[in-house]
Amino acid sequence: MRLTCPLCGERDLREFTYRGAALARPEGEAWGDDWHDYIHLRDNPAGESREYWAHSTGCAAVLLVTRDTRTHEVLGSALAKGGGA
Amino acid sequence: MPELTLIAQNALPQGVVTTLAGTRIEVLPMRRLTALMPGPDAGPLAEALMAQHGLGLPAPGAVEHAEQAECLWFGMGQYLLVGPAPAPGLAEAATLTDQSDAWATVLLEGPAARDVLARLCPLDLRARAFAPGATARTELAHMAASVTRTGPDGFRVMVFRSMAETLLHELRAALEAVAARGMV
Ligand SMILES: [Zn+2]
Repeated sequence: MRLTCPLCGERDLREFTYRGAALARPEGEAWGDDWHDYIHLRDNPAGESREYWAHSTGCAAVLLVTRDTRTHEVLGSALAKGGGA
Repeated sequence: MPELTLIAQNALPQGVVTTLAGTRIEVLPMRRLTALMPGPDAGPLAEALMAQHGLGLPAPGAVEHAEQAECLWFGMGQYLLVGPAPAPGLAEAATLTDQSDAWATVLLEGPAARDVLARLCPLDLRARAFAPGATARTELAHMAASVTRTGPDGFRVMVFRSMAETLLHELRAALEAVAARGMV
């Protein structure tokens, strides 16, 4: 699999580290189902998925990657900095 | 207490290590290396670099050149000044770190250079993807590396100082393997 880094271009998977699903962080600090979901529950979708990938041995940027887990097709990637989930 | 002076020294003895198939592995002299990290706004650094060193701020994957000086794009929000000591004005525009002896710098040059590097590094090394003058942060045999293409058959490779001998070992083994195939 190859991922396109907005800074470095198309690069081999070996340069990247998976950093987990890109999820919306719940508001507030009170414990509830939303925090339980955010911390513990994952959907494991067969299809489109939004994930963080660190370009660890490349430019060190963290990317927000949208890809299809069935085909490895990469639908989009952007710098997570200043945006993200 | 006596005052201690720390002197930067090259990670490896300078000079040609191996030549095979017309291709040589050569440890380059240690040059002054300064990491420049401007933070969110690189504008003031771009101005200072131009005013003080005659260097542009390199775009991702690019190197800027001036007399006796180079500036490499060195990752997100990072640049590497190679050659001169940083002019005082740079410190106003960026966080500076002296990394002169933190990197081992090796030149791989000759007709087999690209094939040797292709065995170690996942970069697309074809000239249309990585032209002479281009630079990349990438991995080389699982080491974090900086690779700069110095010409059609030349690559300057940098790894952290602690991995200097490993870099030479990996390059030598790959060059021997490519040379043994007699393809070059
Ligand atoms: Zn990158």
